[in-house]
Amino acid sequence: MKRLAVEIQDLGFSYPGHSTPFISNFNLQIAEGERFGLFGPNGAGKTTLMNLMTGLLSFSVGSIKLLGNEIKKHDKSINKLFGFIPQDLSLYQELSPVENLEFFGAWSGLHKHEIKTRTKDLLGILGLAEVRDTPVQKFSGGMKRRVNLAIGVVCNPQILFLDEPTVGVDVQTRFAIIDYLKELNKNGTTLIYTSHQLSEAEGLCKKIALIDEGKIIAHDDLDTLLAQYRQDGLEGLFLKLTGKNYRNS
Amino acid sequence: MFKLWATIIKDIRILIRDKVGLSLMFGMPILLVLIVTSIQNSTFQLINKNKIPLLVCNRDTGKISFEFIQVVDTLGMFKLVQISKDQSEKLIIDSMHTRDALLAMVIPVDFSVKTEAKAKIVTSKALNAFGLEGDTVSSNAGNVGPVTLYYQPILQESFRRSIQGALYSALQLVESKQILRTLYFSINEKPLPVKLENELMNNKIAINEVPVTRDGSRNIPNATQHNVPAWTIFAMFFVVISLGGSIVREKLSGSFTRLKTLPTNYFVALLSKQLTYLAVTMVQAAVIFTIGIWVFPFIGLPALNLPADIVGLVFVSLICGWCAVSYAICIGVFAQTQEQANGFGAVSIVILAAIGGLMVPSFAMPESFRMIMKLSPLHWCLEAYYGLFLEGGKLKDVFISIIPLLIITIFIQLITVLGLKVKKLI
Repeated sequence: MKRLAVEIQDLGFSYPGHSTPFISNFNLQIAEGERFGLFGPNGAGKTTLMNLMTGLLSFSVGSIKLLGNEIKKHDKSINKLFGFIPQDLSLYQELSPVENLEFFGAWSGLHKHEIKTRTKDLLGILGLAEVRDTPVQKFSGGMKRRVNLAIGVVCNPQILFLDEPTVGVDVQTRFAIIDYLKELNKNGTTLIYTSHQLSEAEGLCKKIALIDEGKIIAHDDLDTLLAQYRQDGLEGLFLKLTGKNYRNS
Repeated sequence: MFKLWATIIKDIRILIRDKVGLSLMFGMPILLVLIVTSIQNSTFQLINKNKIPLLVCNRDTGKISFEFIQVVDTLGMFKLVQISKDQSEKLIIDSMHTRDALLAMVIPVDFSVKTEAKAKIVTSKALNAFGLEGDTVSSNAGNVGPVTLYYQPILQESFRRSIQGALYSALQLVESKQILRTLYFSINEKPLPVKLENELMNNKIAINEVPVTRDGSRNIPNATQHNVPAWTIFAMFFVVISLGGSIVREKLSGSFTRLKTLPTNYFVALLSKQLTYLAVTMVQAAVIFTIGIWVFPFIGLPALNLPADIVGLVFVSLICGWCAVSYAICIGVFAQTQEQANGFGAVSIVILAAIGGLMVPSFAMPESFRMIMKLSPLHWCLEAYYGLFLEGGKLKDVFISIIPLLIITIFIQLITVLGLKVKKLI
């Protein structure tokens, strides 16, 4: 049996000033090496869940374990286990890709020579070698996203959290990113991914969870869910389970 | 250590690419120190070297008023411009505007006669007091009408007082001379010899001015010695615009979110910023001092004399820089937006500079401000610098200013840590 990359048990979380919990009795298990998709309408709790798993938000009830380590009981050293690619660009636009990777590599706990090797490899793979010394602020949106991805994986993480990593990029960049993520997964990295690009997600994720209002409404292999709900694709499944009404949160 | 080093390199790279921040941290204080020193120096020269235009309307025809004008002229403060004795008040005021004179003086019609009469009364009283018989003079005869001084309202109170003082001393000299002449004539029945008059009237006791310094040097403080330290402190604290803004930018940008998910404490980032910007404040001080020493003499300003205790100067600069950086980080941690950091940061520094004595000397402040002044870190920075630059003190002499500065700095650091914890940034 595979080791669990993420294990969430009886999780409860409330935003400050709100009496009703945003997430309660939440349970989820993601096996190591999976390509896991977390989907739901706006305000369903995807980003909140990502932030809880990465320690950006703290919870009072339940537990979250990363590769068997309870995140509450560990100091920041547990953050070495994972990489995170937030929805917003998380880099210094004044710096070049190399300079960004040097800094974030050091903060990820890598040694100087490791950073050098990883930087060279990543910039080559993501097609940024020629602009390695150009400040990121001069890049197109797609190039910035690739730098953003490179920073998230510079430490060769065992788990990679991706919060809409391809938002606002062209088709070529999207394919390049997805291909690279699949490559990473082949090498053992667990992917935990959220996006509104459902067609893209369909090609990436093998297992998914649909959440709404802080609760899981479906959780299984994608193919099993499609068969169970008699849908051709993830978009149809999504609408069937979450409805067609606007979400204003 | 490698993480800290990488963070310092990152901060330096971002800093040197921030052209606006650099110009605010270096260009603006250099301009300020140049402008303020030049202005203060020219004010000093206005009083001591340049002459102030003074229109003189002498309505009197006697010789005492001419003597008075001569004495005013020999004061060396004024460039006298005689205007017609028949000019009305309105015409005098118009003349002040057209000739761009700051001052006009009107000597009343019977100035000489009345001064002479006043001298006779004083002489008569003095002779009577000595048991001699003086001339009988009506006591009403000695009321001399006032000399009227017109001034442009732009003249500051302190400046006007010094002009008034100079004119009073000229009047007193003329009156004393007249009393002496009358007294001599009453006793000897012949005029006072010119030689004796000069001996009596010109043999004034001199005032020897000695600046009180700790090292016993007699360097006379000038506008440069006053302004360079003051505006260096102002420059150091103005890093709040760049540093406070950079912290807010980092907080608001996605990069901060990523930093929080990495296995490194945010304290490393704050330590890096402290070290990087402390180095910036040291460079600021070095640049401004260098300009004071080497550039000022080329533009006609007095050169800056560095204190004898250079180690003390470096130490005081480090403490001032550390306080400035701590304040900027505190602003950055608490500000929600870059506009808040820039606005509050800049305004608060100007207020702290004003109450700290950088703009108005602390001795000239009202009593109620003296306590508030002690709360401003800029005040203690200035006290420490003045101890070295103006009083010729050594490091041990300025410790009394460094200790409160250190206490304020540590307090600011504690507030910052508290803010980071409350805002869950660490």
